[in-house]
Amino acid sequence: MVNIGNIWQYLALQSPLQSLSGDQLNATKMAVTTYTLPQLPYAYDALEPYISSQIMELHHSKHHQAYVTNLNKALESHLAAVAGTDIAGQIALQQAIKFNGGGHINHSLFWQNLAPAGSEEASPSAAKELVSAIEKTWGDFEAFKKAFSAALLGIQGSGWGWLVKDGPQGGLRIVTTKDQDPVVGGEVPVFGVDMWEHAYYLQYLNGKAAYVDNIWNVINWKTAEDRFLGSREDAFSVLKAAL
Amino acid sequence: MSSTLLRTTPILRGALRASGAVKPASATFVRGKATLPDLPYDYGALEPHISAKIMELHHSKHHQTYVNGLNSALDTIGEAESKGDFTKAASIAPLLNFHGGGHLNHTLFWENLAPASRDGGGEPDGSLKKAIETDFGSFDSFRKQMNTSLAGIQGSGWAWLVKDKSSGNLGLVTRANQDPVTGQFVPLLGIDAWEHAYYLQYENRKAEYFDAIWNVINWKTVAQRFEKP
Ligand SMILES: [Fe+2]
Ligand SMILES: [Fe+2]
Repeated sequence: MVNIGNIWQYLALQSPLQSLSGDQLNATKMAVTTYTLPQLPYAYDALEPYISSQIMELHHSKHHQAYVTNLNKALESHLAAVAGTDIAGQIALQQAIKFNGGGHINHSLFWQNLAPAGSEEASPSAAKELVSAIEKTWGDFEAFKKAFSAALLGIQGSGWGWLVKDGPQGGLRIVTTKDQDPVVGGEVPVFGVDMWEHAYYLQYLNGKAAYVDNIWNVINWKTAEDRFLGSREDAFSVLKAAL
Repeated sequence: MSSTLLRTTPILRGALRASGAVKPASATFVRGKATLPDLPYDYGALEPHISAKIMELHHSKHHQTYVNGLNSALDTIGEAESKGDFTKAASIAPLLNFHGGGHLNHTLFWENLAPASRDGGGEPDGSLKKAIETDFGSFDSFRKQMNTSLAGIQGSGWAWLVKDKSSGNLGLVTRANQDPVTGQFVPLLGIDAWEHAYYLQYENRKAEYFDAIWNVINWKTVAQRFEKP
């Protein structure tokens, strides 16, 4: 989906563009991609009682939507800055792209790595290879859960906790990222947990330890196994599908 | 301010300063504890702009957690110091900054708020009003700029009206998470932009919270901080 109308309006205001040839302008327009909010793979109330329907609805339809909207805005502005050879303008937009792009990536991965409690996917037995790698790394599964939970609770401010695989043959590692910084090194994100207050506050208030305890009931181990066995490209395929 | 934040007797404070030099390795590290300050108004006093439930959780749970975290960071540093383990003491710095900053920021925040029926809201007067007009054009322009700063915070943090210690000029700064305003700036007015400060009432509509909070700003407190030499 290319949102030519808006881009055209924006570009029309940039006087340096008048010196661009028709072909250049056309190429510029074609380069714009409009990101869209991916649908949840389950209903808003599907993660009850561990994550309330109200949280899921606001989180998906308002918070995630805002990241998508602001990412598209930032990319449009960036494109205009590129077309206008405005290097300072391009640099000024980097942070907005990182923040909103990160928000879009992180939430898209997050929705996919959650599943209704009691479903087959929500059982670690859906992740045989991954669980065996976890046991090798942390000694046993409970020790891993403890380490991951401690990492989540140690985040100061807004951020995310991730289980990642370091490249195709790499080992497992727990990382935390601040705000909406995405996991964009070479790692494969296996699963992530949103530790922004909006992810739990309406239900758990200041009791974030209870949210962390309960999140284990709704981790999608099937998705985690697929990401663990696959490549980084596979993990991000959900984003490409959402274009 | 620091005396209410960290209640120590003068003697203990002396001991605290001297402790590194004179204390035998086995001595217990004696010092004051940070305590949760009382709010200068009731939890419901900022209604309808900030709900009683938000105020109660924010003060009795969130701020209390920073107080506890600060005391525990200080304990750990004290123990490490008494064992001469300075690597360990230094490793606590991020926790000290986070919880100490959280305690300081919230203490300043409660004091720069007041019920709309009492000292809250309206506009500053006197020398503070003049300074705001000089440095921001007008009060309205200042308020807009501060709201833009608040809206631009990516993640958890605070926006502050500050006075530059050397030039005396006013300015706006934002701080991530609980990083306190230190160094060249004196914090005059702080607004908490963490989601816990508004989410129960405003949900994702944080711009509404940033608009509403101007009804409960205590300009008397801000002016006192501004005029303090
Ligand atoms: Fe989120
Ligand atoms: Fe707060």
